[in-house]
Amino acid sequence: MENIISLKDIILDFEDNSRVLKNISLDIKDKEFVTFLGPSGCGKTTTLRIIAGFLEPTSGDVFFDGQRINGVPPHKRNVNTVFQRYALFPHLNVYENIAFGLRVKKVPEKEILSRVGEVLELVNLKGFEKRSVHRLSGGQQQRVAIARALVNRPKVLLLDEPLGALDLKLRKEMQIELRRIQQELELTFVYVTHDQEEALTMSDSIVVMNNGYIQQIGTPTDIYNEPVNAFVADFIGESNIINGCMPEDCVVEFAGRRFECVDKGFDPNETVDVVIRPEDVQVIPAEKARLTGIVESVVFKGVHYEMIVDGVDHKWIIHSTKAEPVGTMIGMAFDPYDIHIMKKTPEVQE
Amino acid sequence: MKLKYFSAPYLVWMVVFILVPLVMIGYFAFTTDGGDFTIQNVSDVGQYANIFVRSIWLSLIATVICLVIAYPVAFILSRMDKHKQGTMLMIVMLPMWMNFLLRTYAWMTLLGNNGIINNILGAVGLGPFQMINTSGAVVLGMVYNYLPFMILPLYSVMVKIDKSLLEAASDLGCSSASTLFRVVVPLSMPGITSGITMVFVPAISTFIISRMLGGGSNLLIGDLIEMQFLGNAYNPHLGAAISLVLMVIILVIMTVMNQFDPDDQVLI
Repeated sequence: MENIISLKDIILDFEDNSRVLKNISLDIKDKEFVTFLGPSGCGKTTTLRIIAGFLEPTSGDVFFDGQRINGVPPHKRNVNTVFQRYALFPHLNVYENIAFGLRVKKVPEKEILSRVGEVLELVNLKGFEKRSVHRLSGGQQQRVAIARALVNRPKVLLLDEPLGALDLKLRKEMQIELRRIQQELELTFVYVTHDQEEALTMSDSIVVMNNGYIQQIGTPTDIYNEPVNAFVADFIGESNIINGCMPEDCVVEFAGRRFECVDKGFDPNETVDVVIRPEDVQVIPAEKARLTGIVESVVFKGVHYEMIVDGVDHKWIIHSTKAEPVGTMIGMAFDPYDIHIMKKTPEVQE
Repeated sequence: MKLKYFSAPYLVWMVVFILVPLVMIGYFAFTTDGGDFTIQNVSDVGQYANIFVRSIWLSLIATVICLVIAYPVAFILSRMDKHKQGTMLMIVMLPMWMNFLLRTYAWMTLLGNNGIINNILGAVGLGPFQMINTSGAVVLGMVYNYLPFMILPLYSVMVKIDKSLLEAASDLGCSSASTLFRVVVPLSMPGITSGITMVFVPAISTFIISRMLGGGSNLLIGDLIEMQFLGNAYNPHLGAAISLVLMVIILVIMTVMNQFDPDDQVLI
């Protein structure tokens, strides 16, 4: 697959001289579902707006289909955007909102009719043509916004937290629907969200961002199982992050004890971050364990219980299908491959 | 609700100062000095058709000029930083804090045959130009005095247009010009109609501006009405009839205007 969008060394400063993007380089492959994931203020929406053309980078190049498109205004770019709060035109009905882009391009009326019909079917809104956009629910407005962008047959669809305003159930439905539309139309989707679960569910590839830097790019499985640093580990799912050191290959020392692990290639006694997922902590009887702690709280989460366990200088989060009573001493054990060792360069900062 | 009794003063106000005068205008318009019914007054208004046409024409021109000047100003204003908007709005409002007569007098001294502008032009060997006592001067006076009334309603509607709508239009292929005509103009229609109303109505009935800047040859309806009540031609019955006809004309024009208000528009 070839790259449809490439960003090369993008730097963006705002008017007040604060640096929002600090060297973003990134390739987006054709027909891929890419998600920009990060906390608010990390630069993910800003990056999307640079691709759309609403912002010009202070330095660096934007390539679309191999051509440099710096300075090309948004209306001349072959991308369309689904805006965070939909941005539907209040003076137009559903049909006219969707037909807007085609009208601007002077597409013949007959073709407009058939193309609007097509996308309305795609987003399950047949029969809503004459409805005023004020009288649509949030989910329906969302679908109109998607239809209005898709009707132009862009090569790339940019989605800026499009499901942020919807309730949980509707959001899950729309996640599946968006994924279906993307695969059915074989389009490139660039999706911005701060919701890690959403990112894991929908994406082919996830770009984790923080502080204007890309922290990690990878498939959802890679990002979840092999986070490159403590920030990614913490942001994608819950994690126990403990200070440790590596006395030798495949041995890690934390909480005053040595454990077997599978990582190697660290300097002798290098200090590291040890990341262990809550579901990878095994609860065993305290007398058999090398590491113990006292259960502080237990919360029922549906599939599992979440326990906070006070161990040696760390409060452990443990997900388990069996709950232990608060106040009991329990033991904790880990399989070697569940212990992830990360270099102490906490985040990409340069 | 007891609260509704609080509106009583307003009701009294309406009756005493709006309803009663309207009835009186109607009464005077259709009676003779002796109090007998007549339509003579109303039919006499026809003699002044040329003054009506001139008033409508000049105030129409002034309204259009106001719209053309105010629209970009209001749009730029509405897109500025919030804290700059306040300052700029104050500058727009500033002339309104000065007395209306004073402002118009100022234009008399500026435009006069021996006025400041002609003096300056004379110093570089141009002119003098006849500027005062022309219909152009009347239109200028109207535009100058009523421009803020056009800017404010436009601004207050435009400031509510979300920036993302403009971005969406641009994203969907609109250049700046077509964004203006496809999104900004339709969404600012309520501001356009109320701005036109707020400029056109006072402009068509003004008499001070035409008196001071138009000389004797640019009489407007307002001057005509004033003459019937306070001038040599004293005839309150004719004055009332002219006022009545003017009211009907304004009413008709406003009804037509309101057809453009998108809230009343039938959806396609």
